[in-house]
Amino acid sequence: MQVFKTFDIIGPRMIGPSSSHTAGAARLAHLAWHIAGEDVKKARLTLYGSFAETGAGHGTDKALLAGVLGIEPEDTRLRFALLLAKEAGVEYEFLFEADAPGPYACMARIHIEGHTGQITDVLGASIGGGNIRITNINGLEVEYTGEYPTVLVQHLDMRGAISAVTGVLFAAGINVAGMRVFRQAKGQIACMMIETDTAVSDALCKQVRTCSDAVLDVRTIDKH
Amino acid sequence: MSYVFNTGEALLALCENEQLPLHEVMLRRELELTDSSRAALREEMHKNLTVMRASIEEGLQAEYRSVSGLSGGDAQKLFSRASGTFMGADAARAVAAAMAVVEVNASMGKIVAAPTAGASGILPGTLLGLAEVRGWKDGSLIDALFAAAAVGVIIAANATLAGSEGGCQAETGSAAAMTAAALAHLSGAKPAVCLNAAAIALQNVLGLVCDPVAGLVECPCIKRNALGAANAMLSADLALSGVGSIIPFDETVDALRTVGRLLPSDLRETARGGLAATKTAKEITKRLGLSAQAE
Ligand code: SF4
Repeated sequence: MQVFKTFDIIGPRMIGPSSSHTAGAARLAHLAWHIAGEDVKKARLTLYGSFAETGAGHGTDKALLAGVLGIEPEDTRLRFALLLAKEAGVEYEFLFEADAPGPYACMARIHIEGHTGQITDVLGASIGGGNIRITNINGLEVEYTGEYPTVLVQHLDMRGAISAVTGVLFAAGINVAGMRVFRQAKGQIACMMIETDTAVSDALCKQVRTCSDAVLDVRTIDKH
Repeated sequence: MSYVFNTGEALLALCENEQLPLHEVMLRRELELTDSSRAALREEMHKNLTVMRASIEEGLQAEYRSVSGLSGGDAQKLFSRASGTFMGADAARAVAAAMAVVEVNASMGKIVAAPTAGASGILPGTLLGLAEVRGWKDGSLIDALFAAAAVGVIIAANATLAGSEGGCQAETGSAAAMTAAALAHLSGAKPAVCLNAAAIALQNVLGLVCDPVAGLVECPCIKRNALGAANAMLSADLALSGVGSIIPFDETVDALRTVGRLLPSDLRETARGGLAATKTAKEITKRLGLSAQAE
């Protein structure tokens, strides 16, 4: 028998109407914004499956847009996302696709062009109760839920790359809570996803960026 | 000695043996299951209470329509003629407050799921709607919310709280049961009477289907929250008058589970049956450009 606790029953505090279609969508896009790591110039938001079917009535579109504007998932300004995007001069478009590109009912692809021109492409799912799972970042298959502060390192799949990066973190006294490496194929681009107990500073992030020639890009995501 | 209960019987035994009120046993259960302190737990519940209060105030101003445009402003309508209602002004205001929260939810406002977003109006609406006339202070309201959660954890463990699994009986029915127990608790009733109130509330809506029009948490959900608040007050009044539930609380929860399992999936939040399958619902769905189904 599953044991439930008080705040499983009374809570969470959330923006309605739906924990999966609104709160989860807001969280997903907000994580994508964190991964992009800069202000957004353009956003292309694709709603799949149940998001495409009933998303409009649940404000899924607004929740996604609010997320890429950097608005927190619990912020009551979510409902004004279209207006806020216009004010911020952010171009956006919504696409609707019946078939989800993964085994989830509610999925979205968040394609962001940052103000430096950098592209970030995140695919993820809302899996119920406001919980989410990111399944693809910039073409790399991943599995990420955003529960810990995380360092995302894109790197060439070369010997020594991983130990160089973890060495820098170790020297800085950062404890690694979990780590996974995803790669497309041997010797090609890969991605390290390092979950840490404490957040990684910008300075340390730069150190990771320069610690090895194999490292192509480093992004950090705060805990959610 | 452990305070972790998952049935009404175990909860009542703990209250009896230790001579503790319902909410105190629930607090001790929580202390045992988490690393939180008593003060932190009460503070967290206080945060919930604050958002609950704000959602009622916002909803009664009726400023927003729902995202779909299907609903909004109904809570305000009932509130305005509360003193002329058959159920009486206090009860009508509590029912209106319950509706207000769900209207806020439908307009992308901030609410506290209690136990779900769809049924989020019943507990805060009833408790806060009556708090002023009854003189309930925040401290007792927080106690009552822990008492409500005690009922909720038992239903969650032995049946379900999700409309998609057990129909609306599981969602607004459970919220009404939690609220009925909280009302009895606030009235100084013994734990057994609180569980009687909860059992009666569940029994009153056993079999209620989940059939949201266009898959949106608006129609019939806002009115089901109105019903839930009325059901909670009625059930608490019956229990407080000494009316027994005949079928005990735990067995009622078992019945909720089995009835939920017997409900076809068309009547469990898929928007394929009940009101959602009517001619008008289909027209609304078409007009909104939606094709059904949601969480
Ligand atoms: S009808 Fe379904 S969605 Fe609406 S309140 Fe009831 S259980 Fe929730």
